Amino acid sequence: MTEEKQDGDVSKLVLYVAGQTPKSLAAISNLERICKEHMDGKYAVEVIDLKKHPHLAREHSIVAIPTLVRQLPVPIRKIIGDLSDTHKVLISLNVTAGQ
Amino acid sequence: MTAGIGKSQTGISGFDELTLGGLPTGRPTLVCGGAGCGKTLFASTFLVHGARDLGEPGVFVTFEERPADIVNNVASLGFGLDDLIASNKIRIEHVAVDPSELAEIGDYDLEGLFIRLELAVQQVGAKRIVLDTIESLFSAFSNTAILRAEIRRLFDWLKERELTAVITGERGEGTFTRQGLEEYVSDCVLLLDHRVQDQISTRRLRIVKYRGTAHGTNEYPFLIDADGFSVLPVSALGLTHKVFEERISTGVADLDAMLAGGGFHRGSGILVSGVAGSGKSALAASFAGATCRKGESALYFSFEESGEQMVRNMRSVGIDLQPYLDNGTLRYVPARPTFYSLEMHLAIMMREITRWKAKLVVLDPISAFDASGQEAEIQAMLLRMVDFLKSRGVTGVFIHLTHAKSDETRTDVGLSSLMDAWILMLNREINGEFNRELYLLKARGIQHSNQVREFIMSSQGIELRKPYIGAGGALTGSARRAQEALSRREELLRAGEVARLEQQVRHRRRKLEAQIEVLRADMAADEVELKRLMDNETDYVKQAAVDDGAALEGRSGLADRKASS
Repeated sequence: MTEEKQDGDVSKLVLYVAGQTPKSLAAISNLERICKEHMDGKYAVEVIDLKKHPHLAREHSIVAIPTLVRQLPVPIRKIIGDLSDTHKVLISLNVTAGQ
Repeated sequence: MTAGIGKSQTGISGFDELTLGGLPTGRPTLVCGGAGCGKTLFASTFLVHGARDLGEPGVFVTFEERPADIVNNVASLGFGLDDLIASNKIRIEHVAVDPSELAEIGDYDLEGLFIRLELAVQQVGAKRIVLDTIESLFSAFSNTAILRAEIRRLFDWLKERELTAVITGERGEGTFTRQGLEEYVSDCVLLLDHRVQDQISTRRLRIVKYRGTAHGTNEYPFLIDADGFSVLPVSALGLTHKVFEERISTGVADLDAMLAGGGFHRGSGILVSGVAGSGKSALAASFAGATCRKGESALYFSFEESGEQMVRNMRSVGIDLQPYLDNGTLRYVPARPTFYSLEMHLAIMMREITRWKAKLVVLDPISAFDASGQEAEIQAMLLRMVDFLKSRGVTGVFIHLTHAKSDETRTDVGLSSLMDAWILMLNREINGEFNRELYLLKARGIQHSNQVREFIMSSQGIELRKPYIGAGGALTGSARRAQEALSRREELLRAGEVARLEQQVRHRRRKLEAQIEVLRADMAADEVELKRLMDNETDYVKQAAVDDGAALEGRSGLADRKASS
């Protein structure tokens, strides 16, 4: 599930899910699609299943599922939800569509 | 404890009694109230008591304060939260959501929260959980439909795991909580309130609902002080007074003697009313001293004097309270009436009485509350106080200051009927001097003297002098002393007269006795004379006979015959 591209401008995205729920699966596929279509190679994406690593929920203070965290570049941004609206996701991540 | 639902003690004094055991075990309880009314303290007391005293570990889920703040906030109450955390009995889970760095896109749920709670509960093996306050989530997440569904799921989750939960909520307009959390909690809802009236604040607690158990529906004042959170159930009282035949001494022998049987009944309400400087406090101190002397606990609530002042002043009238203060039988609780509301005063007094198991309580003076001007409230408070004392068999001494010019018996319109005994202290001006007087206006169930006694305080103690009763009525003070002196003089005169008469009689007797002696002497002399005459007579007769015989002998022998015959 981990997809990494080595690039100088790489920013780190972490997607927190909990098990194979429809929302989680939707978020994963939406994120993969958005990254492929709009942010070609610029982001390293990590998916963490909190069911398997519950302590990470506390450490990273995650409340809602799914949560997408852009850890780099600062400031940290969090997006919660299944990422179904591509346009909004891109705005939140500060990426203009079609870039 | 009632059958049906189990209860978990909260460790909040008063509350567990009020609810007959505490909060419903394995169910959520909603504690709501305005800002600063003690919700978090209630919750942490509940949690700490469980973890420390009952072996029920707990999780504190905080949505607002940081864990370090919570530990510090309750540190002053001696909760030792950090130790409990270190020994893995309590876990603080800080759920912080910053809406500024959050965007919501599409469907989501709060599974992350559930995962964290699950983990925390497992780690300490929690039986109790506190959510303080879950409403913060509403400001973090904009999709309330999702949030409400998730909160409902959370409550189900809590019940499923049979966690005894306390959920706090901020009070909203027209609802118990801003977000209507009460609709999710159906078992137990508590309302905390913090009201300010006449610049005096009172905290109150009300059990809005408590399914499956009997509970009081009144508002109960509660207190947050050095001892933490305590609820003071002041109105949960019936008319089941204990009745005692036992008498207790007033500490004034003369006063005991005025009551047939010696002293008042234990558990009586005794009103001592009088004008300023009539010796009310001294009498009350004497009551307290007598109780302490028997080794029983006495409480002196003073609304005017400090403890040291009281001890010093009472020493001057021969009542030394210091030893009793030192050995703990006497406790002096000074408080200005304006420190708390009436309700709170009552509550604190009740708490102290319960804590120290006092047998005698002095309130000096209840008239100090008059300044607050809420006559009806004062009366209600005193009524409850009297009821409380009676139900516990505590003797109550209520001091009431009356104003010099007003009618002495006007005071305490409703109060006098509550009281079993009423001692009236007078300070009357007669002929340019004030004299203290004491009168037993009433003493239920005890025959008592109807006399107004003169009340004398000296370094030897309190003395009740019988008044001089004469043609001029009962006299006190210098009038009494003058009258007594007069009587003494009269007495003296009369005694002198008697002595004189006695002397006279004695003299006369002696004179008569002397006369008798003279007469007796005369008589004796007469008798001697008579005897002499009679002796002479006998001698004469004898001589005559002899002489006759000799004459006859000379004439014939007949004389021999006669002589021999």
